Amino acid sequence: MKKIVLMGNPNVGKSVVFSRLTGANVISSNYPGTTVDFSKGSMRLDGKKVDIIDAPGTYSLISSNKAEGVASKMFHEADVVINVVDATNLERNLYLTLELLEQNIPVVIALNLWDETKHLGIHIDEKKLQSLLGVPVIPLVALTGEGIKELVSEIKNASSPEKIKPTSDEGRWIEIGQLIKEVETIEHRHHTLRDRFSDLSIRPITGLPIAVGIIFSAFWVVRIIGENLINFIFNPIFEELYRPIVLQIGEILGPGFLYNFLISQTYGEIEFVESLGMLTTGLYVPVGMVLPYIVAFYFMLSLLEDTGYLPRLATLLDNVFHKLGMHGYGIVPVFLGLGCNVPGMLATRTLETRKQRFIAATLLSISVPCMAQTSLIFAIFSNPEQQQNLVLAPIFYILIVFTTLLILYFVAGFLLNKFVKGESPEIFLEIPNYRVPHLKTTLKKTWMRIRWFLKDALPWMFFGVFLINILYTIGVIDFLAALFEPFMTALFGLPGETSVILLSGFLRKDLAVGTLLSFPTGTFSPMQLVIVATMLTIYFPCIATFAIMIKELGIKDMIKAAFVMICAAGFVGILLRLILLGV
Amino acid sequence: MEGGQIHSKKITLLAHLNQSGKARIVEIKGGVNFQRKMCTMGLREGSILRIVTKQPLRGPITIAVGNCHMTMGMGMAHKIVVEEL
Repeated sequence: MKKIVLMGNPNVGKSVVFSRLTGANVISSNYPGTTVDFSKGSMRLDGKKVDIIDAPGTYSLISSNKAEGVASKMFHEADVVINVVDATNLERNLYLTLELLEQNIPVVIALNLWDETKHLGIHIDEKKLQSLLGVPVIPLVALTGEGIKELVSEIKNASSPEKIKPTSDEGRWIEIGQLIKEVETIEHRHHTLRDRFSDLSIRPITGLPIAVGIIFSAFWVVRIIGENLINFIFNPIFEELYRPIVLQIGEILGPGFLYNFLISQTYGEIEFVESLGMLTTGLYVPVGMVLPYIVAFYFMLSLLEDTGYLPRLATLLDNVFHKLGMHGYGIVPVFLGLGCNVPGMLATRTLETRKQRFIAATLLSISVPCMAQTSLIFAIFSNPEQQQNLVLAPIFYILIVFTTLLILYFVAGFLLNKFVKGESPEIFLEIPNYRVPHLKTTLKKTWMRIRWFLKDALPWMFFGVFLINILYTIGVIDFLAALFEPFMTALFGLPGETSVILLSGFLRKDLAVGTLLSFPTGTFSPMQLVIVATMLTIYFPCIATFAIMIKELGIKDMIKAAFVMICAAGFVGILLRLILLGV
Repeated sequence: MEGGQIHSKKITLLAHLNQSGKARIVEIKGGVNFQRKMCTMGLREGSILRIVTKQPLRGPITIAVGNCHMTMGMGMAHKIVVEEL
C-alpha cells in the first residue's frame, strides 16, 4: 500500500481528518495541468510510510467542474480510499459512497461529525451500515480526534465489496432509500440557537448588518494581528538583527554606486522605508511591512472559511456581484486583495469561468488598493509638510480617493460584464452548518497560503526593486518621464513632474510616493495630490501582481486587462480633473 | 403548469415559491448535467424542501433539503417545478 486518498463531499470536515492523520510534513500543490490545489502528506502505518492525499470535495465521481474531475482522477490512482461522510447528512453523502464502492478500490468509511448527530436527534446504526455495505464504518469526531485511532487500525481492513454492483442514478437512490430505512431514525427536535443564528445570518434584513459587523471585526482583528506581528516580531528582527548586518556590508562596500544600489542613496544613513536600496527598502517593504498583514489576512480568511460563514456572505452579496459578471464568491479576491493583490489574484480561481476570472482580476488590479497602497495614500496626506498645504482635513482627501475607487469598481464591473464575452454561471453552493474551527487545520491552511505569497510574490517584488534601480541608474526613467511630461499637463492638469512618479510607480509604489513627497511643498495643489494618488492606485498593479496575472490569465487576456487599466486610469484622471480642478 | 393542467394542489416553480414555504419537487427541467448535479445534491423528484430565504431583487434563493442547506441562482430555481405543501 502506497497511497491513501481521502474522498468526500465538500464541507464534511475532510481536511480536519487529513490534519489528524498527517504529521507536520504537508505540502500543497497544483494537480498537474490544472489550477486545482490539493494537499499531500504522509503517515506511518505498521512501520511503513504511506502517502495521504486530500482530494478536492466532490458530490459524485462524474465531475461537473475541474476540482471534481481532479478528485475523480485521484480516486482511480488510490490504493485505499477513506471516504469521509457527514453523518448529519447521511442520505446525500451515501451517493458518492455507493459510486466509490462500485469500483474495484478498497474503501473504509469514516462517519464524521458523529457528536453532532446526537444534538440533531439523528440515530445511525453504524454496525448495521457496516454489514450492509460490507466495508468498515467508523464513527468519528475529527475535531476532537475521537475515533481517529480506530480509523487508522481499520485501514488495513478496507475492502471492495462484491455485493455493490454498478447501477444507474435511479438505482443508487433506490439502494440509498433502503439503506437509510434500515440504519437511520430521526427524532423531531427543536431549533437550536445555532440554527437560529444560521437563518438570521443569511436572511437579507438581519444578514447584512451581521455581515457588516463580521467584516468590520475581521479587519479589526487583521489590524491587531498585523500591528503586533510588526511591533513584536518583524521590527525587532529588522532593527536588532538585520541592521547590524547591513551596516557591516555597507562598511565593506564603501561609498559609491554599489552602496547606492544595495543600501542607500545617501551614504552612512539607513532608513528602512526611505533609503530605497535593494537590501534595505527592497526587503523591508515586502517582508517587514506587507508580510505581517498577509499572515493576518490569510488567517482571518481561513477562519471565515472553516467556521462556514463564507458561503453565507457569498449568498448575501451574490446579487451585487452577479451584476458585475461574477457571483457571490467575488468578495474573496477583494477581501484578500485589500491585504495584498497577489493572493487576491490567486483567489480569483474560486470563480469558474474565464469571463468571471478576467473581470475579478481586472477589477482587483484597478480598484482594490493593497495594504501598501493604502498606507501610502495615507502617508501622502498625513505628511506634516503636505498638511500645511491642505485646505481641509486629510481624511477628506483620503475619502475622495477611496470613494472614487469604489465607484470605479462598480462602473467598470458593470461595463466589463456587458462587453466581455463568455459565461457567468449562477451561484450554486452548499451552506454548511456553523462549526467550531479546528485550530491546527486553520493554521495549516494559513501557512500553505503564506507559502504561496513567499514563493510567487516575494521574488517578483524583489525583482521589481532590482529593475527600477537599474533603470534609474542608466537614466531610462528620466528619459521616459521627460517624454510623458506634456501629457500630464494636457490631460490631467498635473505638473509635468508627475510622469516620473507614475513611471516609477509601476514597479515600486513606495518609490513613487517617496518621490512625490520629495518635491517641494506646493508643487501640487491638494486636489492634484488626490488625482495623483488615485491614478497611482488604478493604472497598474505592482510587478508581482502583474506577473501572477500573466500566469493566471494568459498573456492575451493580460494585454486586454492592461488596456482596461490604462483606459480606466486615463478616464478617471480626466474626470477627476474636470470635477476637482474645474478646468 | 404543463399543458395548462388544473391540479387540486398548487404546482409552481421553485423561483415563485413564497418566503418560508414548503414544497415537494415534481420535476427538474434543464439539461442532463443540471439534472444530475441536482440529483447528487439530493434534489430529485419527491424530495421535500423548505425555503430558508430569498435575497431581494431576484437574488439567489436558499433552500433546505433534509439537514442540508444550499443557495442557487434564480435561473436554476426556474427549472425546478414544485408542488406547494
